[in-house]
Amino acid sequence: MRREGSALHGFGVVALKEIADHFSSILIVVLVVLVTASAIVVVSLGIGPIKESTAEDPFLFLRLFTRSTPLSLPELLSSLLVPLIAIGLGFDAVNGEHNRRTLSRILSQPIYRDALLFGKFAAGLFTLSVTFIALWLLVTGLGLVGLGVPPDAEEMARALILLLITIIYGAFWFALALLFSIVFRSAATAAVMSLGVWLFVTFLWPMFSPALASALTNATDLVGALDTQQAFARMSPVVLYNEIVSIVLDPSIRSTQQSMFARLGLMVLERGAVPGAPIPLLQSILIVWPQIVALVASSIVLFVIGYIVFQRQEVRA
Amino acid sequence: MSAPVIEAQNLTKRYNGAAVVNGISFAVEAGEIFGVLGPNGAGKTTTILMLLGLSEISDGQARVLGYDPEREPLAVKRRVGYLPDQVGFYDNLTAANNLRYTARLIGLERDERERKIAAALANIGLTDVADQRVGTFSRGMRQRLGLAEILMKDAEIAILDEPTSGLDPQVTIELLDIIRNLKHRGVSVLLSSHLLERVQSVCDRVALFNEGNIVLMGTVPELGRQVLGGGFRVDVEALGQGLAERLAAVPGVQKVETLAPDRFRLLSERDVRPEAAAAVVGAGGRLLRLSIEEPSLEAIYTHYFQRTRKGERHAA
Repeated sequence: MRREGSALHGFGVVALKEIADHFSSILIVVLVVLVTASAIVVVSLGIGPIKESTAEDPFLFLRLFTRSTPLSLPELLSSLLVPLIAIGLGFDAVNGEHNRRTLSRILSQPIYRDALLFGKFAAGLFTLSVTFIALWLLVTGLGLVGLGVPPDAEEMARALILLLITIIYGAFWFALALLFSIVFRSAATAAVMSLGVWLFVTFLWPMFSPALASALTNATDLVGALDTQQAFARMSPVVLYNEIVSIVLDPSIRSTQQSMFARLGLMVLERGAVPGAPIPLLQSILIVWPQIVALVASSIVLFVIGYIVFQRQEVRA
Repeated sequence: MSAPVIEAQNLTKRYNGAAVVNGISFAVEAGEIFGVLGPNGAGKTTTILMLLGLSEISDGQARVLGYDPEREPLAVKRRVGYLPDQVGFYDNLTAANNLRYTARLIGLERDERERKIAAALANIGLTDVADQRVGTFSRGMRQRLGLAEILMKDAEIAILDEPTSGLDPQVTIELLDIIRNLKHRGVSVLLSSHLLERVQSVCDRVALFNEGNIVLMGTVPELGRQVLGGGFRVDVEALGQGLAERLAAVPGVQKVETLAPDRFRLLSERDVRPEAAAAVVGAGGRLLRLSIEEPSLEAIYTHYFQRTRKGERHAA
């Protein structure tokens, strides 16, 4: 059966209204404080160690994003900022309309449900993008002032990819929160479920997956065990994001195994490779292309599940 | 006569095999106020949602202004205004901004939008509070804002789900007036309610729902005749001899009860006041008082269900 009219009629109206809602809510105040504080903390913690290694490092500017201790910007983004901001924006997107009893009135206007859901998703993505761009600009700007060394073109490109991947990662968490806001009629339940998933994949799964992997593999085969462990760990979007970012931000890393072994204190020597020699940007991207695809795909899958459930859902309370 | 604006044929909605709306058929004529009445859970809201294309139709078919709500929902929704049960608005937006959002969704251009919003708010008496947040509004004001939305939309049909539930009597009367106004503007109205007494006065025709079926349909006097066998009650107070017999002989009177020596109650199938008065005077009696009670939906409804329940008991 073919429906008449465009499924996207009203999409722009919904998106603009949702963006206006986001930017007039109390959430935006929280975001401004969070973003400013994060940028200041990350840069101020990062600049000290970087200044000590100025002479020998060709990618000084990128170290701004990776070297600050105890928490680097990508780690802060992947484990805390992105999931929490996205969940905060999305957990009551659809059930809020139900509970305010606005859903049936809005859907009785000449629009399809598609427009409402797409509009909400686009608005969430827009707000997330604005937030991350602001954070990125702040860190870059403060870093420039602090370091006094301008980045070269490749460093800028790698930093921009960090921004892009962060937005995709935000889309994943927003799609998850949106899905729960469709499935659960109570906003509190949706929030708790989203936070539960966040806690699980961020803190529990990294501890749990090695145990699971070692239970399933031969104890004597160290490399095989590590491969399995990595495969399990990658089920978490947090791990995917961290892998992508660690490779993109560090041109000296030539494979995901290398970054994993480096974390374990080992060094992988490849035949014909000069240890520590930088690889071109395109090569870095090719290494993590599967991870990027997996992150994009899982966001799309979450959104599609939410879309299907929403289309079939009864309007009445 | 023009074609019906809403037509349902054998309309059915099943959830997990259980029929919530069970093969109902009805038609709403242009310009009339059609009441869909019945207890909560009788399938009224489900029927409405199917007519709007907001709920899938399990069986049968519906036509709204000639459009199929399943295939052409946008065409239906462009022409039909819907006031849901306990309508909700965005509390953080003003009344006017809530309407602006809807107007944008409908696709009205800026000038037209502002003109129509101002006219609708003025018509419904909300101009003073147009720039107040809806969060401060009472239940009745929200319902009126919902009706303003329908006016703004220039809807050909207004579908109102429980528009008067939870409102105090004064506000209810105001709201019913607005609904009559809609009719004067040429809007056909489909109105659902479980409060029979209140909506009886505005409905041209009603359909009584029970457990997913339409059990009775027609004008209120028709139903009165059908169920109560008349339903008009004329009270006569008069002094005189042999009045009971004289009154019983009036055509249309079915039964005369003598409540007191000078007080009689006539049960009739129509308004027999002129004939009753003539009968009293003709018998040389002195007429003191004459009053009439028209059949009430409440009475029809109660009577009908008492009868069917009795029937069920007998069958069991």
